[in-house]
Amino acid sequence: MSFPRVLERLVQLPVVLFGVSLVVFLMITLTPGDPVEIMLADQRATEEQAAMLRADLGLDRPLVERYLVFLGNAVTGDFGLSFFHRRPVIEVIAERLPATIELTLVALLIALLVAVPLGVAAAVRRDSWLDRGLSALSLFGVSLPGFWFGILLILLFAVQLGLLPVGGRIPFDAEVPRLTGFLLLDTLAAGRPDAFLRALSHLLLPAVTLGLPAAALLARVIRSSMVEVLAADYVLFAEAKGLPRRRVLYVHALKNALIPAVTVLAIEMGQLLGGSMIVETVFGWPGLGRVVVESIFARNYPLVQAAVLLYAVIYVLLNFCADLLYAALNPKVRL
Amino acid sequence: MREPLLRVRNLRTVFPTRRGPLAAADGVDFDIAAGEALGVVGESGSGKSVTFLSVLGLVRPPGRIEAGEIELDGQDLRTLPPAALRSLRGRTVALAMQDALSALNPSLAIGTQVTETLRAHAIPVDPRTEAVRLLTRVGIPDAARRLGDYPHQFSGGMRQRAMIAIALAARPRLLVADEPTTALDVTIRAQVLDLLDELRAESGLAVAMITHDLAVVAERCPRVMVMYAGQVVESGPTAEVIAHPRHPYTRGLTESLPSLDDPDRVLHPIPGQVPDLAALDAGCRFRNRCVMAVAGCAQPVPLLPAGEGRLSRCIRAAEVTP
Repeated sequence: MSFPRVLERLVQLPVVLFGVSLVVFLMITLTPGDPVEIMLADQRATEEQAAMLRADLGLDRPLVERYLVFLGNAVTGDFGLSFFHRRPVIEVIAERLPATIELTLVALLIALLVAVPLGVAAAVRRDSWLDRGLSALSLFGVSLPGFWFGILLILLFAVQLGLLPVGGRIPFDAEVPRLTGFLLLDTLAAGRPDAFLRALSHLLLPAVTLGLPAAALLARVIRSSMVEVLAADYVLFAEAKGLPRRRVLYVHALKNALIPAVTVLAIEMGQLLGGSMIVETVFGWPGLGRVVVESIFARNYPLVQAAVLLYAVIYVLLNFCADLLYAALNPKVRL
Repeated sequence: MREPLLRVRNLRTVFPTRRGPLAAADGVDFDIAAGEALGVVGESGSGKSVTFLSVLGLVRPPGRIEAGEIELDGQDLRTLPPAALRSLRGRTVALAMQDALSALNPSLAIGTQVTETLRAHAIPVDPRTEAVRLLTRVGIPDAARRLGDYPHQFSGGMRQRAMIAIALAARPRLLVADEPTTALDVTIRAQVLDLLDELRAESGLAVAMITHDLAVVAERCPRVMVMYAGQVVESGPTAEVIAHPRHPYTRGLTESLPSLDDPDRVLHPIPGQVPDLAALDAGCRFRNRCVMAVAGCAQPVPLLPAGEGRLSRCIRAAEVTP
């Protein structure tokens, strides 16, 4: 990727964040209901007391001034206190984020491991029963509601077969010191392969629930771009050189077919983050997504605001990474 | 005659279509000897490319070879297991394509595309050194420094020569050159053709030059084979075939060719169109466009000797006048 392009992305980030911060701020202000009234609902407060609280919270100031104060605090990482944790929002998020990232990355890995071979196989045996079957299956996968699929998996693997645990990240007796917050790494760092396996067994069902629908979409994209690439002259030429089939498919064809898939992948990562809210709730996964859902119901706005801003940052960074990956795959994009 | 390097008999390659099977190559017979340059001439859809893709075992499904024999270096390619066929590709018979820009992989470095061929055939050389040697051999300047370049960083002529270097990396004995110079300008075209001539003289490489350009064949290939509608209609020594065609289609081709000696000569394009390959009868396939057609042309016409080293698929071969 060329330098101006990197610069463009770096300029883009604050612009996007500014827009998101505005939306997040208005979300609170425009929500029906006066926060002061909600807070004082069963306190039988007088008009004066209510006015005092309003002044205390800064709610009597003009909207613009309130936004600038919010923005100024946000820039220094101060998003206020989480109502029901009674701790700074930023602390709560830092504590929950690794669980969500771990879940998302493993889901992404599952999506790739499923989608790439299936997409390639379907493209190679185009219009065969395999291709048609996969096409139907992936349509099913794309339209699968995450919460329903998750519950089905729980019923089958946890309740009926009793093979996998449900709920939480790791049992208490396998707890290890949290260094990175990623339990798969922390258990290995602590030299506890048993704990690693137990953490993995907790991770498996939510990651599959999150990863399979992503795999379905990705497989369709890879299939269609592989079909196109397989008809290219350079694939015929590679075969005519006597290269092994595997090399023709996975180096010559796939490297070019992945270029459009990378963009989809970045969008999917964003969707995985969003999807993790539902999946974390279904599986009792102590990640950011679940705490956001809880906070929305509890009108715990400071945390919701900070989390939404964080999601926006991650989303922009993901697209930045996609651009880098795109350049790595496509030499023509290089400077 | 010596045992030919490539011997094809009665090759029939079909593609299923909605209107029934379409035989893109239908009863094709020919031989190529070691070190020989055979010109393969015909218009688009005459079956020349399909014939040689069949030889390489690279007919794309749902197309398939339905019948015939393909013997390369004494081995029957049609009964060979896929792995053995793969190891013949590039090593015994190689392919050079019309457009190097689309034949070279845009996202792999040129050097990689040379060395992977060497590695696939386990050629006992240092791949990097050999890649530099091969690219230098085809006239890529400063080849060592350009191994890491991608195809789009090469000029058109360099790309074409690099592609030929890649095709020849594993030292094949037969090169199928499918319109290797059509996309090139005149000076680069001469360079590429000279290169092929040199390699032929040096290493006994046989070349099948597929082209619709009779002039290139006249200049570079001692022997020519003319194809029409999936069949060989005439073959023989190039000079004689052009001077004294033994098939009306060949005569039509030579008449539609401009001449330097007589620039004012009136050109005669062949009237009519190639028949629909999915709806053919058993008779001569050229007869709907042929001024010499007679009732007997509706009967099947075999490829028969028509003079010294010559074959023609015309019942009135002797009457064809230049």
